[in-house]
Amino acid sequence: MATTPEHAARISRLQQARPEVVMHGLREEPRGWLAWLTTTDHKRIGIMYLFATFLFFILGGVEALLIRLQLAVPDGTLVTPETYNGLVSMHGTTMIFLFVVPVWAGFANYFVPLMIGARDMAFPRLNALSFWLLAFGGIAFYGSLFFEPPGAGWTSYAPLSDDAYLPGGGVDAWIFLIHLTGLSSLVGAINFIATIHNMRARGMGWGRMPLFVWSILTYSYLLVAALPAIAAAVTMLLTDRHFGTDFFDANGGGDPMLWQHLFWFFGHPEVYIMILPAFGIISEILPVFARKPIFGYKAIAAATVAIAFLGLLVWAHHMFTTPTSTVVLVFFMMSSFLIAVPTGIKIFNWIATLWRGSIMMKTPLYFAAALPALFVIGGISGVILAVFPVDWQLHDTYFVVAHIHYVLFGGSVFGIFAGLYYWFPKMSGRMLSEGLGKASFWVMFVGFNLTFLVQHSAGLSGMPRRIYDYPESAGWWGFNLASTIGSFLLGIGVMMSVVNVIVSIKKGQKAGNDPWKGNTLEWFTQSPPPENNFDVVPRVRSVEPMKDIRREVMKGAEPAGTVAQPVASGT
Amino acid sequence: MAVAPAAWAGAFTPEAGGSPNADEIDRLYRIVLYIAIPIFLIVEGTLIWSLVKFRERKGGPAPAQIRGNTPLELGWTIGAAVILVVIAAVTFIYLGDIKNPASSGPAGLASGVAVASLDQPAPPSDGGKSLEIEVNGQQFVWRYDYPGEQIFSYYEMVVPTDTTVTLKIRASDVIHSWWIPELGGKADGVPGHTNETWFKIPEPGVYRGQCAELCGEGHADMRAQVRAVSPEEYTAFVEERAQEIKEAQEGLAEQRRERATEEEEVE
Repeated sequence: MATTPEHAARISRLQQARPEVVMHGLREEPRGWLAWLTTTDHKRIGIMYLFATFLFFILGGVEALLIRLQLAVPDGTLVTPETYNGLVSMHGTTMIFLFVVPVWAGFANYFVPLMIGARDMAFPRLNALSFWLLAFGGIAFYGSLFFEPPGAGWTSYAPLSDDAYLPGGGVDAWIFLIHLTGLSSLVGAINFIATIHNMRARGMGWGRMPLFVWSILTYSYLLVAALPAIAAAVTMLLTDRHFGTDFFDANGGGDPMLWQHLFWFFGHPEVYIMILPAFGIISEILPVFARKPIFGYKAIAAATVAIAFLGLLVWAHHMFTTPTSTVVLVFFMMSSFLIAVPTGIKIFNWIATLWRGSIMMKTPLYFAAALPALFVIGGISGVILAVFPVDWQLHDTYFVVAHIHYVLFGGSVFGIFAGLYYWFPKMSGRMLSEGLGKASFWVMFVGFNLTFLVQHSAGLSGMPRRIYDYPESAGWWGFNLASTIGSFLLGIGVMMSVVNVIVSIKKGQKAGNDPWKGNTLEWFTQSPPPENNFDVVPRVRSVEPMKDIRREVMKGAEPAGTVAQPVASGT
Repeated sequence: MAVAPAAWAGAFTPEAGGSPNADEIDRLYRIVLYIAIPIFLIVEGTLIWSLVKFRERKGGPAPAQIRGNTPLELGWTIGAAVILVVIAAVTFIYLGDIKNPASSGPAGLASGVAVASLDQPAPPSDGGKSLEIEVNGQQFVWRYDYPGEQIFSYYEMVVPTDTTVTLKIRASDVIHSWWIPELGGKADGVPGHTNETWFKIPEPGVYRGQCAELCGEGHADMRAQVRAVSPEEYTAFVEERAQEIKEAQEGLAEQRRERATEEEEVE
């Protein structure tokens, strides 16, 4: 790159954190579907991730609604027991492996490089591989619809998942999904780790890294720690099913408990893999909309790491009803209690962030504020479930179903929607409709609580999960009918946001570079950002670099318009 | 709405009332719930208050640029930890009464077997007598083997009142989970393992439950029932059932002999 002295001087000025966006104009971005299929641009890969995972979200949602329709009345006859077990297995697997885990890879792909001031991920082609492994995992799994869907739940407990009891190919499709999406996540995690460790802008030390990036770093390390266990487990299941081994077969000297230990050694960290990035997004959104710094930055970052570490030590709280000695149960009760402390710290910090702020009541804030409100219910029911004698009553009932949905929908999915409303302007250059967004929020919020609050009561009244019908005499009809009505409201609320996206992507109000007056570097560039993200990466001097840049502009008394002037590149 | 008012009474607490362990679990749950409710109200209250009180207003106060408060943060960390220590302590207080079988009451079955074997980790706390029933989960039915003569039944378990019944829970195909909500917590039957639980029913009555671990297409129909009867009726049941089984076996043997004779004739 030939550089004129004037240009060098200009760059030098910019590097003193002068608010300069944009540059590029090097070559036109390729267009057309082939450009998407072959792209290695982290932003395009991020968009493909988000698009694919939202498609799976809709599929998983349709499965959930079919489940709710079947349970709306006693002795439901909408689907057969086999189909019902298939729906339950597909719903759980889809939402976890094809929606919540990879949707974070989508957001992180798009925003981690932007937030740390990098021009792409560390390994762009590996990044594309991650996406395509995910896509093929989803296709392999949904292919089972054409022969026989898996029927052993998303946990595929052996020996039910063994070939003696489920000989059809559904469980095999499930195994391939675990392998393919697992590889996708592993490759992606290594990429995030390499990117975050090595490619941060000058001046962005660990103490100035955005909290969303902290959460993605932790998410990545957790994936690397947890995925090998399930990769091993499903491989053993595959050989049990087809090659005559007996890893999980008690008759052949194996042990079904081994499956549960391996599965949950992965499965519980998986829960934190799904929730920590949501915590990260909230930790970005709340300060921006409260117009205050995040309260207790270090405590939140430390709590993220602490949750991840403790999350590796709580797996057997899913196994309190198995034949296991009491001392083991006590250990896992105590470790599960312990994890409530850093989680509580985060919730208190978020509320303290809002306290004495000047809160802009925009849609992203609605979703972001709903997260602590709903997650605290899931957290409290989690502590109740961690008391193992109480869990003996509540395990495998609708109380647990309610708990997991308060954590994963009230927590993760509201976080995902907060992220969508917050970052859509950056990704598309246009604002989502506020009116439709808030309407969607309220319908989702009411629908969600109607669906899942009553499920606590169904579980407390003795309703086990994963049953395809129940007699009228059981007394669970009212709870189930309310839940079904709520689930359709929730579905309508989600569709309102889908419509919002489809309409706004063409007709939304122009967003500009920094519609929310954000704190982090993704708002420093254009919306949507050019292929190379930044011509000039500013030096980072605090945890809120955009605040520094805005202050700089004010001081320089330059008209705001000049801030976003493209600079002719020196090439 | 088809919900009877009685169902609403139990909408906030687990099922109980059939056996002391279920009652103790209910009590433990309530204590944790009563600790949780104020925390829930404080968190939600502060959150909603902040959202209402501190929203952007024209001429409102500027947002306070606070970045943290170490004493406050230490305070809520320690506070949260203390609450959890309290819950753990309460759990340990109740654990014994939930896990260890109580002893049979004076009106219980006199011929109950004294618990002495070493593989029973938790004998009734005062060395009293108990009745041991073997529970076996199979796709998609529960089988019960009673002590003494070769007596078994499916679906309905008959037990004497005021007698501690200890259960050995196993499964012969996939994992099942034994659960009668009003008689205490669930215990998984895992192939290759033996799990344990117990109950003691004071008054005659019928208690229903069902398998709580997904075990295949018939999972929802794998129901179970425990019928508590007086010790006298239980003894009568045992005799009657023994007779039934004996007759059935003799009938079967008879059939086999006839079949064998027929086949010989055919040859």
